Amino acid sequence: MTIRTEPMTVNIGPQHPSTHGVFRLRVTFDGEEILEVEPIFGYLHRGTEKLAEERNYTQIVTLTDRLDYVSSMINNQAYCLAVEELLGVEVPQRAKYLRTLTAELQRVASHLMGIGFFLQDLGTLGTPLMYAFRSRERILDLFEMLCGARITVSYMRPGGVFFDAPVDFWPALDQFLKDFEAEYNEIQQLILENEIVMVRTRGVALLPLDLAINASVSGPSLRASGLAWDWRKMAPYDAYDRMEFDVPIATGGDNYDRFWVRIQEIHQSIRIVKQCIEQIEPGPTRADVPLVLRPPAGAEAYGRVEASKGELGFYLVSDGGISPYRMKIRSPSLMNLTVTEHLLVGWKLADMIVTLGSLDINLGEVDR
Amino acid sequence: MSCVLGPDNILHDTLLFRVIYDFVGHLLPCWLSYIVAGGVIMMLLVNGVLMGAGLFSWVERRLIGRFHNRIGPNRWGPFGMLQPMADVVKLIFKEDLTPAGADRIVFMIVPVAMLAPVVLMMAVVPFAKDTALANLNVGVLYVLAVTSITSVAIFMAGWASNNRYAMFGASRGVAILISYEVPVVMSLLGVVLVAGSMSMADVVSAQTIPFLLVQPLAFFVFFVGTSAELNRTPFDLAEAESEIIAGYHIEYSGVKFALIQAAEFGAVLTSSAVMVTLFLSGWSGPLSSYLGWVWFLMKIGVLAFVFSWVRATFPRLRIDQLLAFAWKFLLPISIINLFATALEVYFLRDGAGTLDTTDLWIMAGINFGVAFGSLLIFGTLIKEKVRPARPITGVTLSSIEVS
Repeated sequence: MTIRTEPMTVNIGPQHPSTHGVFRLRVTFDGEEILEVEPIFGYLHRGTEKLAEERNYTQIVTLTDRLDYVSSMINNQAYCLAVEELLGVEVPQRAKYLRTLTAELQRVASHLMGIGFFLQDLGTLGTPLMYAFRSRERILDLFEMLCGARITVSYMRPGGVFFDAPVDFWPALDQFLKDFEAEYNEIQQLILENEIVMVRTRGVALLPLDLAINASVSGPSLRASGLAWDWRKMAPYDAYDRMEFDVPIATGGDNYDRFWVRIQEIHQSIRIVKQCIEQIEPGPTRADVPLVLRPPAGAEAYGRVEASKGELGFYLVSDGGISPYRMKIRSPSLMNLTVTEHLLVGWKLADMIVTLGSLDINLGEVDR
Repeated sequence: MSCVLGPDNILHDTLLFRVIYDFVGHLLPCWLSYIVAGGVIMMLLVNGVLMGAGLFSWVERRLIGRFHNRIGPNRWGPFGMLQPMADVVKLIFKEDLTPAGADRIVFMIVPVAMLAPVVLMMAVVPFAKDTALANLNVGVLYVLAVTSITSVAIFMAGWASNNRYAMFGASRGVAILISYEVPVVMSLLGVVLVAGSMSMADVVSAQTIPFLLVQPLAFFVFFVGTSAELNRTPFDLAEAESEIIAGYHIEYSGVKFALIQAAEFGAVLTSSAVMVTLFLSGWSGPLSSYLGWVWFLMKIGVLAFVFSWVRATFPRLRIDQLLAFAWKFLLPISIINLFATALEVYFLRDGAGTLDTTDLWIMAGINFGVAFGSLLIFGTLIKEKVRPARPITGVTLSSIEVS
């Protein structure tokens, strides 16, 4: 006797604990196995690009905070680079170092969150997540010292940074770096070689390099597929040309590699932070820019950074007014999500959640 | 006038029952006092399990809080101890929803069907000397039979909820429970062979040294199998929060949810109680004639702590890996254990068919060897070939190739 079976379509999300926001996947299952995947975005659409056309250039910084809200500093940086190119402003050295330093701290915070939620998706009861959050909280405290905000920082401004770091910031940063080593070792010991993590993620959801390149995947997900593509090396911005660091790559392109690349990038970010502390010198922190910025009419600029999720770009067109004529955001999370269907079909429900975690998407950035 | 319980009565060995029966027997007719005494015992047992479940939910949340580097519930009562009560009160006042299209009757039965086996399991477990509610001569079999009710309850919950996540949870839960039942039964056969009886009281009295030492492999299999049946990490697929949200009990709210939670936390305690009885020599210990229940509760506490510890540490396995683990790893080693134990019992027993303490020590020695050997062999066989993490690749600007 044959049992009649039929595929089952399930809506994963938009209210689901593991979709990292309000993201919806229409998935057709054959038992536990995935037959079809259709990602549906747009539940967090706030019209950032349109709003930017109604704000002046300084106000838009606050909008960028709310894109990828776990790496606001890097978003600020990308936007400010675009505006500076538009205006042709040279940023003072100290501001460049402060930007590099805060961006790398933010990358550590973002990767910690990525790792923590990846392991949460793997089914740990939150222990690695809480370990990661312990360190992330310290970084957010440092940001609070810098600018009074923890998540939506708006620390960087066109032409530099909002304010120089207070005197007690530097000892606090040193203390953090000292403690972080032990705390991070604890996280690594807990998870990096864990047998269950290995069997769950090794060889799962392979992203071949050619597909990754064709789909414009960037960031750790691309580097896990074997290409050392990092804008901090390729086209150094701010103070990255004076920093010494490696670009960790992996060749497998599976879930474990994406996770492993993030683990290693945290080490490199800490290296950069330490170099910033050594090299930074006193000086002005903001270029002499007018209060209301008016770039010349017809000017266009593209500012890009290596954000924690991949290449983040802001394309600005000016019509000579106080707000941009058009702002286009190239968000890495959206680009990385385009490969979901290729990654997921044929794997199981449990792998789907883990793969989404390993891509480390942020819905604030996907929907904009 | 006093009532006397015949020695052939199943409750004759239960000290507590006899005390109550004698006391009530002075006031009431015998048939009524029998019912009253039984009712009192049942009240004690059911409420004991429920209170224990509440207390354990607090203990586990505090423990996991510590594992997480946070404090855990600490507001209501000393050290937050009354938190379970606050939770229950909150849940009672919540709206009791039944989803549209649900099979209402089945949906309603599930919480009770989940809780009943948990309480029923305690009926044969001796807390102290002569204190089992019923000294069944097939106690071990009874425990196994009763625990498998849970799989029916899980499937009822999944089917009646009219929810696809619940269906996922139910099908996973049933697959796990059926698979893990087999190695668990196999591992218990070893214990029964050594004890020479299926009665829980006899198993305890046979443990001149704890069967944890005599049957290490069986304990391992039973512990792993039990945590799979209890739906606890790394085997919590039936209610995997990050995947299928809450699994089979996704649609339950209010009192029904409270009952299901009580059943889950209570199941940990009762399973620990069974494990203590079968492997950790039950209530015996120094001064056990008077303080047997203290030893019993302490041992339960240790096992429950281990359960919480495992829960806080491990990631979850995937369903195919989980079933492969049961059939390819646990089942073979439990068969090896059964085979080795049978041979040992055959050669070591004396004329009357009993084993003395020296025999048990010899068995412990052999079985530890068998355990290490088989864990090593089957561990390597089932282990998937996983590549270790590579050392970091240093890349400088010049070495980047763009294709």
